[in-house]
Amino acid sequence: MLTVWVPGDAFARAVGADAVAEAVRREAAARGVDVRVIRNGSRGMVWLEPLVEIEADGRRTGFGPITPAEVPALLDAPVTHPKAIGPVEEHPWFASQTRLTFARVGLTDPLDLAAYEAHGGLKGWRKAQSMSPAEVVAEVTESGLRGRGGAGFPTGIKWNTVLNAPGPQKYIVCNADEGDSGTFADRMLMEGDPFCLIEGMAIAGHAVGASMGYCYIRSEYPDAIRVMRAAVDIARAGGLLGAHFDMEIRVGAGAYVCGEETSLLNSLEGRRGVVRAKPPLPAIEGLFGKPTVVNNVISLASVPIIMAKGGAFYRDFGIGRSRGTMPLQIAGNVKYPGLYECAFGLTLGQIVDEIGGGTASGRPVKAVQVGGPLGAYFPRELFDTPFGYEEFGAKEGLIGHAGIVVFDDTADMLGMARFAMEFCAVESCGKCTPCRIGATRGVETLDRIAAGDPSALPLLTDLCETMRLGSLCALGGFTPYPVMSALTHFPDEFGLRREAAE
Amino acid sequence: MTETEIRARVAEAIAAQAGREGPLLPMLHAIQEAVGHVPDEAVPMLADAMQTTTAEIHGVISFYHDFKRAPQGRHRLRLCRAESCQAVGAAALHDEVRERIGLDWGETTPDGRLTLEAVYCLGLCACGPAAMLDDRPLGRVDAEGLAAAVAEVR
Repeated sequence: MLTVWVPGDAFARAVGADAVAEAVRREAAARGVDVRVIRNGSRGMVWLEPLVEIEADGRRTGFGPITPAEVPALLDAPVTHPKAIGPVEEHPWFASQTRLTFARVGLTDPLDLAAYEAHGGLKGWRKAQSMSPAEVVAEVTESGLRGRGGAGFPTGIKWNTVLNAPGPQKYIVCNADEGDSGTFADRMLMEGDPFCLIEGMAIAGHAVGASMGYCYIRSEYPDAIRVMRAAVDIARAGGLLGAHFDMEIRVGAGAYVCGEETSLLNSLEGRRGVVRAKPPLPAIEGLFGKPTVVNNVISLASVPIIMAKGGAFYRDFGIGRSRGTMPLQIAGNVKYPGLYECAFGLTLGQIVDEIGGGTASGRPVKAVQVGGPLGAYFPRELFDTPFGYEEFGAKEGLIGHAGIVVFDDTADMLGMARFAMEFCAVESCGKCTPCRIGATRGVETLDRIAAGDPSALPLLTDLCETMRLGSLCALGGFTPYPVMSALTHFPDEFGLRREAAE
Repeated sequence: MTETEIRARVAEAIAAQAGREGPLLPMLHAIQEAVGHVPDEAVPMLADAMQTTTAEIHGVISFYHDFKRAPQGRHRLRLCRAESCQAVGAAALHDEVRERIGLDWGETTPDGRLTLEAVYCLGLCACGPAAMLDDRPLGRVDAEGLAAAVAEVR
């Protein structure tokens, strides 16, 4: 029997994988060949999607990108097919990665719990169960894992706060409201290896004494919602979930700001997704006022391997205070877009030029926005910045959720700055004035600059300072990053000579 | 759909979610799924179920982009306007698509077949420009491909 792997990830589906899978089944039936089609996750080499793998004699060979019309020739003579790329693991783009959190994504059938276990799954959960909650928290602290959603807060310290908070009812909340442009790691993990996230949440529940968890997935991710719901049912039947810890999938409703942890909690409670002032911290008074761990998908999905291999194993990857690996999401105008997991520390230039291969258009790279719509635009002069939390902070930027969006020299930087303010105005929850009013005034001020009014420039700088210091959350607080970085690095597009801005 | 039918569907949607913690968003999603939008009749029914005021319910509904107070097209085309898609020419593409299908953002065709919506990221950033037709993801799209996909749905 022949096994053919055709990814069912939204990336692959978006570029025709369903039709390819159908063509494989049809062609196999026409030839009387016994073929098993498995819809795996995406391997992350998105420019090659749909990336079909044919498994024969225990060896998987990749082909991509494959169209339905190419399927007959592919089944006739796979060895000599012009789109053969060899085993995916040996492809240079894949082989140079350090896949810890994404080890199984694309490798296994996402909803096959036995395959999950056969590829190292459940080891972390079993080990955690043999340990006391405090020991589990200590292991996670030891790993140096920090919040992968963007804030970078040490996960172990957060867990310890919840562990020590009194109360019979505590919650684990997974933030899967991945709204940043240029990011898709949460989605790929949920669609490609859902049990890994469920295992991470179950370990978190054991570590802090929480018996209930919620995973809040944005409504723009219908595939992830479907896979996660199915996986939760399977995990419950398999004993990973149950009386000790159970969880439910919740769906967002199209509000970007609900990716902020306190507005996410309000949304889960059935309220407007308005930001809460901190303190109290969610770790003390979170969901329904109870002590709550709120962690990003990738943070929680990194816990199983930390528990299975030990905190020290994970900690030994990375640089400075950025320990472990990060799934880089390379997107926008780039030749080799996709998900590339590696230890912290590559420079931005290595990521964009070597891994990403430069622009897809073939034109020069002008700017790279790192960390989503609230992240700074980096010009080529800053390409020596190593990928790490502090390293990007030192350059007036942030790594955020590690989305890296490449722009070629046709990008209009004043236009991108205006878009950042416009986006903030549309998505502001309205609670604090700097964000609610500031974003609208920011759009107007940028329009004045575009119209050639130089007196608006100091006003824009002042407004950004007010938003940065006075906003309640990262939406208003970080919108100045894209705006000010565009102004600082591309002053001539704002009607300034470079010296004048510096 | 008659008013009685609407009320019955809303009541059923509310009852199905009532056992959950913080059930309001699941209820609203269920109502929208059953009716196509959140009808006026649903607001006092939700207030009753949640033991709160109609003003509170209205406040929640109006906060979220997803919840619609009026009937929408039978199909929904969402085009991503976020930065990553802009980097691969989404703005020019969207001008062309809007021209071709004759809809601006938020508008519905006169026959009620299609509603056009802007969306800020579909998580398809490595195969942009991206779109979603109902729940079907579409990547590396051009105006022709989108028009063809739209023509397929009735």
